[in-house]
Amino acid sequence: MAEAATVHSKRRIINLVMTSLTAVCAVFATSVLLIIIGFIAYQGISSLSWEFLTDTPKPVGEGGGIGNAIVGSAMMTLLAAAIGLPVGIAAGVYLAEFGKNWYGNTIRFIADTLIGVPSIIIGIFIYTVVVMPMGRQSGLAGGLALAIIMIPIVARTTEEMINLVPNSMREGALALGAPQWRVSWNIVLPAATSGIATGAMLAIARITGETAPLLFTALNSRFYNFFYDQPMSSLTVQIYNFATGPFEVEHAMAWAATLLLVGFILVINIAVRYLTRKKY
Amino acid sequence: MAQSSTLGDKVYRTILFAAATSILLIVAAVFYMMVQSSMPTLQRFGIGFLWASEWNPSQELFGALPFIYGTVVSSILALLIAVPISLGIAVFLVEQAPKKIAKPIAFMIELLAAIPSVVYGLWGIFVLAPFIREYLGPVLQDNLGFLPIFQGRLTGIGMLTGGIILAIMITPIVTAVVRDVLEAVPNTQREAALALGATKWETTMIVLGNAASGIAGAVVLGLGRAVGETMAVTMVIGNSPQISASLFEPAYTIASVLAANFADATDELYLSALIEMALVLFLVTVVINGLAKLLIMSVAGRANASKHT
Repeated sequence: MAEAATVHSKRRIINLVMTSLTAVCAVFATSVLLIIIGFIAYQGISSLSWEFLTDTPKPVGEGGGIGNAIVGSAMMTLLAAAIGLPVGIAAGVYLAEFGKNWYGNTIRFIADTLIGVPSIIIGIFIYTVVVMPMGRQSGLAGGLALAIIMIPIVARTTEEMINLVPNSMREGALALGAPQWRVSWNIVLPAATSGIATGAMLAIARITGETAPLLFTALNSRFYNFFYDQPMSSLTVQIYNFATGPFEVEHAMAWAATLLLVGFILVINIAVRYLTRKKY
Repeated sequence: MAQSSTLGDKVYRTILFAAATSILLIVAAVFYMMVQSSMPTLQRFGIGFLWASEWNPSQELFGALPFIYGTVVSSILALLIAVPISLGIAVFLVEQAPKKIAKPIAFMIELLAAIPSVVYGLWGIFVLAPFIREYLGPVLQDNLGFLPIFQGRLTGIGMLTGGIILAIMITPIVTAVVRDVLEAVPNTQREAALALGATKWETTMIVLGNAASGIAGAVVLGLGRAVGETMAVTMVIGNSPQISASLFEPAYTIASVLAANFADATDELYLSALIEMALVLFLVTVVINGLAKLLIMSVAGRANASKHT
């Protein structure tokens, strides 16, 4: 009897310890997020100024800023979105509407494979097919690398969003005599628009934070550059260069640029979360 | 009327087909270009390239072993740290926490995945590396210093720092997949275990056991991410092509040698050696991700099957 009671209490103690440990894991991971964001905010805010946001990099000790990097990041993200969104959305619509066969399954598998390929490999690919033939690094090459990263992500989220559209809407439109492409374009796509848009925003946030595919495609530049055929600066490559350099002034600038970048990415993620929670 | 609508269908379908096929073409082109660009080293060194341990581009010595070693060890370190924590978080979120608490915590852990790699690198250099040099490293050396993995000079930059940064970075993805897998386990299993008098934790163990192949999938997916992670590792692992037993010594991974050296590789053979390593990394991640997908699908498929019976 007494033996049974100790076994029983032993089980209860194990239960208590293990269930508390899982809570500790959750608290630990959320604290890591808060510590990282806290450091970025604390270290970054002191270097933020109008001059920092608009100026170009200068020799150490003369101030300078990241204006050209902001413009470069925006231009390359824009180019990537201009290619990646239409191609990705069209591929996603194909997968959802016509992809319930072996070819669709193949594309789905390949798209997931491409999502898992390290982004630096996309950078090397673009280096061999764009940078080497052109003879120099360029914003075009950087934007194309980001576009390739974007396409499979957008395709898969678009497919998911279209699959959420109830079949009764399709059937109703088809019963009224609409051709299939009209049903897809005028009925199904509009119904899935907000979902596709949030997916697109998340994909844009993701590529804005990419560094590896830009390192040797877009390279970097110390000047404002508004042309896609020239090397282009970006926030992420600039952060990398500042952070790995020897100067404390530049380290401070890296934190400030990071505050800007992470702020942008977190705002998009939180906004998307807020918008989709309201809806579903 | 009927004529134009079939034409419209054809045009529409062709455009979508082309877009979907572009994904296939991109992957094929990536593979082809990398094989072609790595031909010079493939022909000159053959398969021995993979286990040659000397790396000195100025003497045309190209061996991939230090980079393969660094990639494998840093990824295993990351898994050793991240998997138990991710399992804990996922169990907490699915099996224990009330929805009101679980939702915001799950979102915060997802946000960890949204932070760019280069930002983890920056944080790693200026926060994590000093912490390891001043606090964690001395504690490990005082208590476990007899182990060769904890010997050597403490700089804060090295294999251990790389592994810890990787662990933080793969925790969100492993957690998310384990969560999905646990949620796919039918509730009847939990009810049956609880009805037989099992404690909450014993019930959880049964659920975990039944989700084992999906959890394995999550671990393999985490491995795939760790192997390919580039910027953060490049910034904290020390970038030195050496094979050392000590976790405090600097190391190098395939992804980080590409990030750090590709721009300087002007010589054809040097470039080719780097691209051959990129090819290895590409093939490894493709295999790892394919395996992860099969494992995760086996559980999701089973859950669907039980839903329909």
